[in-house]
Amino acid sequence: MPTEVKVMDAHEMRRALTRIAHEILERNKGAEDLVLVGILRRGAPLAHRLSRLIEQIEGTAVPVGELDITLYRDDYRTHAVSDIGATNIPVDITDKKVVLVDEVIYTGRTVRAAITALMDLGRPACVQLAVLIDRGHRELPIRPDYVGKNLPTARQEFVEVKLQELHGEDSVCIRKPDEER
Amino acid sequence: MFTDLITLRETEPEDIRLLLDTAQSFKEILDRSVKKVPTLRGRQVVTLFYEASTRTRVSFENAAKIMSADTTSVAAATSSVQKGESLLDTVRNLRAMRIDCLVMRHPQSGSAHLVAQALDIPVVNAGDGMHEHPTQALLDMLTIRQHKGKLEALTVAIVGDIMHSRVARSNLWGLTKMGAKVRFVGPATLLPRDVQRLPVEVYTDLRRGLEGADVVMALRLQQERMERGLLPSLREYSQRWGINARALEVTKPDCIVMHPGPMNRGVEIADDVADGGRSVILEQVTNGVAVRMAVLYHLLGGEAAA
Repeated sequence: MPTEVKVMDAHEMRRALTRIAHEILERNKGAEDLVLVGILRRGAPLAHRLSRLIEQIEGTAVPVGELDITLYRDDYRTHAVSDIGATNIPVDITDKKVVLVDEVIYTGRTVRAAITALMDLGRPACVQLAVLIDRGHRELPIRPDYVGKNLPTARQEFVEVKLQELHGEDSVCIRKPDEER
Repeated sequence: MFTDLITLRETEPEDIRLLLDTAQSFKEILDRSVKKVPTLRGRQVVTLFYEASTRTRVSFENAAKIMSADTTSVAAATSSVQKGESLLDTVRNLRAMRIDCLVMRHPQSGSAHLVAQALDIPVVNAGDGMHEHPTQALLDMLTIRQHKGKLEALTVAIVGDIMHSRVARSNLWGLTKMGAKVRFVGPATLLPRDVQRLPVEVYTDLRRGLEGADVVMALRLQQERMERGLLPSLREYSQRWGINARALEVTKPDCIVMHPGPMNRGVEIADDVADGGRSVILEQVTNGVAVRMAVLYHLLGGEAAA
């Protein structure tokens, strides 16, 4: 039987996101010209939550976009993805400070694809990266600007983020592989 | 998952749904200022057309180019076919140039199937004789779904030269699989000979055929395929079978009008209908690019194609 360890519950997730919201405002000296862009699918609900938190703190609404990176992946030849979401970014990102939001950063390839996808949509003033979990094992020179929790993992472990909006609960679990395998 | 797209008759409903959903997601790319994504970079797509075509060929080529594939277009009229080379030799030579996908149109029914069996790369049927035109039916289904929100339980009346229409056949198979009801409406001389064996209601009276329809699809009168004597005159055809404002009075109030093009204006469709508020004809053309992007994406992706 594979073992599962819960590393974050709903309260901890809320605290982590609140801290990230504060850090984003701190670093950017307010909410002006900010755009939050969630990577589909789990990054998108997190981006919406960050936007609400920023609005609570700062009183300014920050636009939120959703980015599907399927067509920018570098593993298309081995994994053509069937579940393709639609990119929807309601504002022109040119000259905006874009904060990419995702739930887990691992190899960095997803973020690489997301940056390329963003550049096809406009020319942002800068791109920053916010993730709920950094589990290490980068294969590209990419480092997040805002991290909810650093989570050292083994490569064969699996980090599962569940979100209220998609799964009915907020939690982060590490699943260790079946030892018999 | 399918490896070629030859016929909707042999395509599973879940694959049809997947292609429509994917195309719907891809549509957003067509509205961007930079219409380019890197997905199919380095892939070579050849369009081999033995029949004249504007929108289908350009639509496939644009779809491939938006996905960053390289395209080559071969028109049989200017190729070695003129020197007597057979279809299979032509496509084997193209394959020997290491192309990754072949999109073909041919006047012979069944030719796409023959080529697909001979080649180890994905083959897309862009129209084979009077047999099928699957991507046209997919773009029609996508357009209908965008307007009606569903395909199930809709009544689609396909009007005109059914016998010569691969579009009508592909739509019949595709729409029926997705739960729509299809009617063939036209003069008895232009109905397929095996129509009794098809899952379709047949009407030779236009008014009855259009009654309560959610969708009316006018077909082009394919005079180049007709033997003499199938029709008394174009004028009479237009009077009895042409889609005009009066003919549409018996349909559902929110009925949409489609046409796969090219249109013979004033024959199978009146100007005021073709350009009117119910017409979705140009939307069909836009959706065609998205559908073909989806087809190429799923056919060329994954290890099967590597």
